[in-house]
Amino acid sequence: MKSESRDREIEVEGCDAVLPSPFSKIRSLNMQLTLEFGGGLELLCESVKVHKVNVDTPNEAEKLTMKDLLSWVSTNLIKERPEMFMKGDSVRPGVLVLVNDCDWELSGQLDTTLEEKDVVVFISTLHGG
Amino acid sequence: MEEAVTKPTKKGGARLCCICNQSRAALKRPKTLEQICKECFYEVFEEEIHQVIVDNQLFKPGERIAIGASGGKDSTVLACVLSELNRRHNYGLDLFLLSVDEGITGYRDDSLETVKRNEVQYGLPLKIVSYKDLYGWTMDEIVKMIGLKNNCTFCGVFRRQALDRGASLLKVDKVATGHNADDIAETVLLNILRGDIARLSRCTSIVTGEDGPIPRCKPFKYTYEKEIVIYPCSLKCSVVIEKFTYAYFKRLDYFSTECIYSPNAYRGFAREFIKDLERIRPRAILDIIKSGENFRISTSTKMPEQGTCQRCGYISSQKWCKACVLLEGLNRGLPKLGIGRSRGLNNDNKKEKDVTQSNGAKSIESKQCGTLDF
Repeated sequence: MKSESRDREIEVEGCDAVLPSPFSKIRSLNMQLTLEFGGGLELLCESVKVHKVNVDTPNEAEKLTMKDLLSWVSTNLIKERPEMFMKGDSVRPGVLVLVNDCDWELSGQLDTTLEEKDVVVFISTLHGG
Repeated sequence: MEEAVTKPTKKGGARLCCICNQSRAALKRPKTLEQICKECFYEVFEEEIHQVIVDNQLFKPGERIAIGASGGKDSTVLACVLSELNRRHNYGLDLFLLSVDEGITGYRDDSLETVKRNEVQYGLPLKIVSYKDLYGWTMDEIVKMIGLKNNCTFCGVFRRQALDRGASLLKVDKVATGHNADDIAETVLLNILRGDIARLSRCTSIVTGEDGPIPRCKPFKYTYEKEIVIYPCSLKCSVVIEKFTYAYFKRLDYFSTECIYSPNAYRGFAREFIKDLERIRPRAILDIIKSGENFRISTSTKMPEQGTCQRCGYISSQKWCKACVLLEGLNRGLPKLGIGRSRGLNNDNKKEKDVTQSNGAKSIESKQCGTLDF
């Protein structure tokens, strides 16, 4: 958050208009993640269970949170019935999320910060047993 | 909590398991909100089920037990845990896997493959009974005839009976099913919504059908679906685990595709509602089960009497059991027979005065989506 506002200040105050834009591009980090879908959720992304993906952090942000990842997933991976995956700005209740084999309820759910090479697993419990 | 002293660094990585205080917590238990590590999770998960089995005297030494196996997560985990507990605590049980083949191409044939792998993985003998053999119809053929409207009624009624028939072929003393706490809470709500007082009074029992030939039990009655799903999931590919006693566990293999004939309308709503409640307060699930258990049905309430089907001898509150009525309809080319407000074959046996009852009777019969039978 801090860096974001600093960047804006530069943009406003700086006399050289060319500077800010390449700067903010550098700031956006690219992160390699492994995403796994299970319990039927893979059907929403063309029946592929494991996705190795590269995700950019949102503009000028230095970190990627689960919240950012969820919106990235819904736009880039979920091909059908998005309501089976998302509800509001989080996953649909009944979808379990594990970040590096750890329940995301322990890491702050949407606020969980992701790092390079993290493994995120989504499993639906909504199917019959 | 007290652990809040530990600085919540990234990914809660510093949080230690509140049971062993040594390993990193990996799961928040819905039942207790405890944060525990994987090793402790397996331990409490399995031992809690053991406790439920012991406290409720679900099994006796030497009994033959069939595990109703669909290839789905619940029955797969049940087969895994029961065979493990049977070994560990010397239950002295003879365990079998019992599957029903409804004859649904692209769904059941695939999930039966999963069950067949389970047979090898756990070394449990498997028996498959098919609708085709028992009734002369596969679900595919039934759907071809009746369409997608009441197909779940057929499937549910047939499955319930098929499981009993398979169980008697295996000569087992009891059938264990994988119904979990979420399923039962869901069913309590559904039975309230349907006004199905008869099912409401028995859907929370951990053992049902004790008066019948083959009782059924639900060892997962108090087990959260979340933990059932995490159980196999966290067993996989974990380097830590492989070093410990669970080395011999492979990733549990289960099948998780929705039945192609079941858009799952009514139960789906209840299911979603339960999950919404769970997110706000996980205890809600156990509380709903508790409420279901505490329902006292006034003694003056007229309940459907249990008799036997005059045609096949199966338990039935009517002259003919539901399966025979449905089958008769199919074979006579009148598939609507026995669907909804039943005015068919059983009519003569019911007094017309029973109008007040007929409401109850109707909802008892119109059970949708049979994956869960209570």
